[in-house]
Amino acid sequence: MGRKILLEKINISGIESFDIYRKSGGYSAVEKALKTMTPVDVVEEVKKSGLRGRGGAGFPTGMKWGFIDRKSDKPHYLICNADESEPGTFKDRYLMEHLPHLLIEGMICSAFALEAHTAYIYIRGEFKYLIGILNNALSEAYANGFLGKNILGTTFSLDIYVHPGAGAYICGEETALIESLEGKRGNPRLKPPFPAFVGLFGCPTVVNNVETLAAISPILNMGGDFYSKLGNGKSTGTKLISACGNINKPGVYEIEMGITVEDFIYSEEYCGGIKGGKKLKAVIPGGSSVPVLPADLILKTAAGQPRLMTYESLAEGGFETGTMLGSGGFIVYDEDQCMVRNTLSFARFYHHESCGQCSPCREGTGWQERLLTRIENGEGRLKDIDLLADISKHIEGNTICPLGDAAAWPVSSAIRHFRKEFEFHIQFPEIVKNIRHGNIDKYL
Amino acid sequence: MSENYNKHKIYERNGKTYAFSDASLQRIKEIIGRYPEAKQKSALIPVLHIAQEEFGGSLNADIMDYIAGLLNVKPIEVYEVATFYTQFYLDKVGKFVIEICQTGPCLSCGGDDMIDYLKEKLGIDVGETTADGLFTFKTVECLGACGYAPVMQVNTCFHQNLTKESIDNIIDLLRTQANEPKSNDDKWVEKFCLKK
Ligand SMILES: Cc1cc2nc3c(=O)[nH]c(=O)nc-3n(C[C@H](O)[C@H](O)[C@H](O)COP(=O)(O)O)c2cc1C
Ligand code: FES
Repeated sequence: MGRKILLEKINISGIESFDIYRKSGGYSAVEKALKTMTPVDVVEEVKKSGLRGRGGAGFPTGMKWGFIDRKSDKPHYLICNADESEPGTFKDRYLMEHLPHLLIEGMICSAFALEAHTAYIYIRGEFKYLIGILNNALSEAYANGFLGKNILGTTFSLDIYVHPGAGAYICGEETALIESLEGKRGNPRLKPPFPAFVGLFGCPTVVNNVETLAAISPILNMGGDFYSKLGNGKSTGTKLISACGNINKPGVYEIEMGITVEDFIYSEEYCGGIKGGKKLKAVIPGGSSVPVLPADLILKTAAGQPRLMTYESLAEGGFETGTMLGSGGFIVYDEDQCMVRNTLSFARFYHHESCGQCSPCREGTGWQERLLTRIENGEGRLKDIDLLADISKHIEGNTICPLGDAAAWPVSSAIRHFRKEFEFHIQFPEIVKNIRHGNIDKYL
Repeated sequence: MSENYNKHKIYERNGKTYAFSDASLQRIKEIIGRYPEAKQKSALIPVLHIAQEEFGGSLNADIMDYIAGLLNVKPIEVYEVATFYTQFYLDKVGKFVIEICQTGPCLSCGGDDMIDYLKEKLGIDVGETTADGLFTFKTVECLGACGYAPVMQVNTCFHQNLTKESIDNIIDLLRTQANEPKSNDDKWVEKFCLKK
């Protein structure tokens, strides 16, 4: 069994309640931080841990906290990003449902480090049932003196509120999230200025993912140095992976970074192999925005090394032969899945979710969807394939926020690795029409 | 962009005067208190959710103007938000809004077969409401529950690992609730308990 840090206590019955959580050692990190450390000490400890943001970008958390404008006379804000809408990703909901106090404890320590006295949990509106769970847990924390005025008799005070979204993937992007929290459309802001200087209500703000914040208390308890030795190289610690698609055991798994992709897919401890004993066709390892890789390249790098579940190993080979760890939304496709249809579904997703601010993204995602629909319906032309690749190139890097890149990469990578399948759809529309599912390898 | 964009008829009015119940007004006051002074616009999305629940499942211009007055913002500020977010409905919806996921991971587990089955079962196309006003059928993007695919939500309640049989059971159960008042209580939300 791999080491568990976040999910260590998940099997304790009643762990979602304050009493049981506290009896199992919960909230000791708050005591440690508030009574024995300064805010800067906490930031230093997180820097030492090497923790990287778990929302997708993998930016070092301690460094991000280091940017907060401490000279500003404005209030500071901490925002927990619980918008979780990246296709393939469902780890944050799992943490919030079963371990709400782990998140709250982490938020108290983080707010202390950032000298924030108000924090918001921005949660996607569809997770309405979780709002009840979080509000219960928050009331318990207030009732036991871990939230509110003068926590544990110190001078530190903190309020945490849950704020629902209303169905918009773009509000997971941190500046769109801030706009949405201000009661506006989720249009991302141009950076700089970065939220650490000008964020919510124009005040210094840090936005962190649920899983990032949940890792803070364990890090303070075990020490940053200790945490940094777990995992592999710059991919320190553990990561939640939400595994889905055509596998025997879909679900949320905590892995110590550094296990092999092969082990993750085939071992009984994790995904348990491909459903129905079928062959592995492709994997998208970090949520729908990261490039898809065919079976051979996801199991081994182009250089023939076993691919590891780390930020670095998954990215090895760049976009030619590599991909990214992203949010840890691990989507597995068996030999019967159609890459054109799958790519079309993602193109439709990004078209629907584009906020419409930047023309390359607003128009480009629509063209991508229309061209892919044409190909999927057997009305495509061979030159459409290059046209698609060309469009994605024109979106990438030309937009205010990275949604444009996120929309371009699934399309360009699918064409890069599965071009034959696109050509087949165009050349043999009658055959394709009759097989929604099914292995087309024999035709290729 | 939400498909509501440009298509809705928000300027349609029904001439009704809307007013929140005292309980809702109390809730809204508490929500406004979560934000700094003069930043009550932050309460807009939570308040629109409450309005949609309380005023029959969807929004219209009269409701939005009422909210604008309540939060002391311009009506256009409410319209532009209501048209941006997928969860706000600007057209009338049935008592039960069925939203099934149509994104890659769900499709790879048979999601499109479930979409076809629901169309057939309800006798309506995507985006339509049954003649009895009971069901509105929509397809939506990833619901953040991909490991339990195929997935759908009925109002705010999650249903996972859908099969034709489970869809039959869900629809039958909902039909028996046709005449019960629709509850706005969070407890009504059937707990979507994931396997640990
Ligand atoms: C289009 C888009 C969607 C995003 N969605 C999410 C999300 O749902 N949850 C999340 O934590 N981060 C999301 N992010 C990343 C956030 O912008 C931000 O980097 C993150 O919340 C920072 O927290 P972290 O450093 O703890 O990862 C998204 C980014 C983009 C560009
Ligand atoms: S793809 Fe259907 S819930 Fe994520």
